[in-house]
Amino acid sequence: MDLTNVWAAIIAFAVFAYVIMDGFDLGIGILFPTFAVGEERDQAMNSIAPVWDGNETWLVMGGGGLMAAFPMAYAIILPATYPLVIAMLLGLVFRGVAFEFRWRDPAHRAFWDWAFCIGSAAATLAQGVMLGAILQGIHVEGGAYAGGLLDWLSPFSLLTGVALVAGYALLGSTWLVGKTEGSGLAHASRLAKRLAWVVLLALAVISVVTPFLNLEYARRWLEMPNVLLTAQVPLMTVIAVLLLMRGLRKRQPRVPFLMALTLFLLGFTGLLISVYPYVVPGSVSIWQAAAPPESQTFMLMGTVIIVPLIIAYTGWSYWVFRGKVSAQGYH
Amino acid sequence: MDALLLARAQFAFTVSFHFIFPAFSIGLASYLMVLEGMWLRTGSGLYANLYRYWVKIFAVVFGMGVVSGIVMSYQFGTNWSVFSAKAGPIIGPLMAYEVMTAFFLEAGFLGVMLFGISKVGPRLHFLATCMVALGTLISATWIISVNSWMQTPAGYAISESGQFVPAGSWLSIIFNPSFPFRLIHTVIAAFLTTSLVVGAVGAWHLLKDRTNPGARKMFSMAMWMLAVAAPVQILVGDAHGLNTLEHQPAKVLAMEGDYHPSPDGAPLILFGLPDNDLAKVRYEVAIPKAGSLILKHDPNAPLPGLTDFPHDLWPPAPVVFWSFRIMVALGLAMLALGAFGLLARFRKNIYECRWLHRAAVAMGPAGFVAVIAGWVTTEVGRQPFTVYGLLRTAESASPLHASAPAASLAGFIIVYFFSFGAGTYYILRMMGRPPQPHESEPPHVPHRAAGITPAAAVDGPPKER
Repeated sequence: MDLTNVWAAIIAFAVFAYVIMDGFDLGIGILFPTFAVGEERDQAMNSIAPVWDGNETWLVMGGGGLMAAFPMAYAIILPATYPLVIAMLLGLVFRGVAFEFRWRDPAHRAFWDWAFCIGSAAATLAQGVMLGAILQGIHVEGGAYAGGLLDWLSPFSLLTGVALVAGYALLGSTWLVGKTEGSGLAHASRLAKRLAWVVLLALAVISVVTPFLNLEYARRWLEMPNVLLTAQVPLMTVIAVLLLMRGLRKRQPRVPFLMALTLFLLGFTGLLISVYPYVVPGSVSIWQAAAPPESQTFMLMGTVIIVPLIIAYTGWSYWVFRGKVSAQGYH
Repeated sequence: MDALLLARAQFAFTVSFHFIFPAFSIGLASYLMVLEGMWLRTGSGLYANLYRYWVKIFAVVFGMGVVSGIVMSYQFGTNWSVFSAKAGPIIGPLMAYEVMTAFFLEAGFLGVMLFGISKVGPRLHFLATCMVALGTLISATWIISVNSWMQTPAGYAISESGQFVPAGSWLSIIFNPSFPFRLIHTVIAAFLTTSLVVGAVGAWHLLKDRTNPGARKMFSMAMWMLAVAAPVQILVGDAHGLNTLEHQPAKVLAMEGDYHPSPDGAPLILFGLPDNDLAKVRYEVAIPKAGSLILKHDPNAPLPGLTDFPHDLWPPAPVVFWSFRIMVALGLAMLALGAFGLLARFRKNIYECRWLHRAAVAMGPAGFVAVIAGWVTTEVGRQPFTVYGLLRTAESASPLHASAPAASLAGFIIVYFFSFGAGTYYILRMMGRPPQPHESEPPHVPHRAAGITPAAAVDGPPKER
């Protein structure tokens, strides 16, 4: 495995870590207005209070890592999805400060609750549309973006945007199933049940449409003998949804969230099957976009030591705040 | 306006807003570490109270720093994609190290610092505070290294495709010629900014009640810090200036308004209106030979002038000239306040001297203004380059239609003024409340605030649901 592949794996890991970790707290933001004012909302926010900041750091890691290891890809993808990146950033600003301010200003709490929801939803939608835009292809000439300001906008990218909103909402609701009690728990379970079906439907539609975007995608998924392997992905997706439902029915606190994570892992695997080894599908491979080996080696030395440490103390922090929360805080 | 100018305006706007928060949180994190350390050592409830008072403010400042910082890291790609593609192999790894060694450290321990004392005990909690403070300093180190490399690039080669690639040792990239001066100058600036704010809050409450023990303690600590750090900062700034003269002479000449060479000693221009088109400073008020005395430590040393350089390599002198003067004037005012504080302490009326307290309140925001002015001086002084002498700003921007940076700039202005304006209001409200003998205790906060702050710790438990 060459250095560039190692870096592709690290970036993929960082992006996936971001998606699942910030995914559940963005999901809570998306669902926020459906929770009753008072205890249900306070519980929901308390469950992510100590960790959301660390979760969001993976976004900087993914972006910064991409710039460092694959500068050309970074310089193509960001201008190509310009309005989406800006929308995501503004959404995250709004949501990040709302997190703080709703507690300091009870008179305007309703306003900051909405800011929290709309910011979360806008950031998520932008990320989902970005994913679709990258999948459907980016117009590259001479190593730079050569398309227009709105090339990213298509029915397919809107579909992936909506799908990600549903996906994060599912992560958020199943997270709350594990973290809350009382009426909050009942509400989160109801939401998770509905969202699981929505996500399954969205994944199915995306899976059917994706091979039509690009002949290469179709070939990878449908040609023999690849299909014997790739067919496992949708199969396991269905199994994960069924286990998720079963977990909800049996009131298992952790299984639904773990199954929602599994769904994301499967979706992400599907994405890698379609895209690898391209970083800009159809035009730029990871080797074309790669930084010189001196840069990749220098970063790798630190990464192999530091990232396990990060995972260790992040894990510790989650462990410190383990268990159910209530509106009264951690007991 | 064209896309380039709009992209530059956007970067200037977002970075200035962002820089305010770390300038405060770097110093405040260290202050909290000192407070908790003293609390553990002496067992004095006074330190515990001050810790609880300031940690609430820290949480809001830190949160705003995080969200505005995420914007910065993506702007390199949206508006400056050519710069990112070309300089990515050098600055990308440094920024990735910042994330790995600093951001995660801060974020990982912040939750424990704000909410965890009842779960982990005082010693582990102190460790979390130390880790957060360390994280802010490590973060400053990497980001200043990146900025310094853009000012005084070293340890690079240029590839066939025009990329900057590392050549030789990474140490020569990280420890590029201006890095140590810039790092020390910036970190001390952050400490000064914090001590001015803490001092102003202490003074504000002393003006209302000079017996408040919390206000007395914070005011006294801030005045010590100011008295020590302000003179050190001036010495460091002087050394930084000499370093800049060596590596970026055009910047220093623009700061000084020296358009023409002075073969036998340059004057120190105090005031005037520099004009790049006329190549002179209009209405100048100058002290003969003092410019050379400051820059060369010799009144008769010759200095070059901007006219020794091609006109298209001149930075916009008026901006740099004035931002530099604002920074220096505020630095001297800080020195004076520090000296005033020492004098009052010597005369044993530091808690009674109303004029000292009024001066401290007035100087509260001075650190922020000085930090921004210094930042403008160094960044505008680097023009017309992004990587000094090698990559022009005009060649660094993304291929964009002007509507993209225009619309996004409008979006940033609206969202920033609204959200950070609200944040500033909440911070001022928290500062307006005097420190109580029994600050609400994070460990037993019944209603945990979300975000990263114990909410109830601010105004008591939420009254309405």
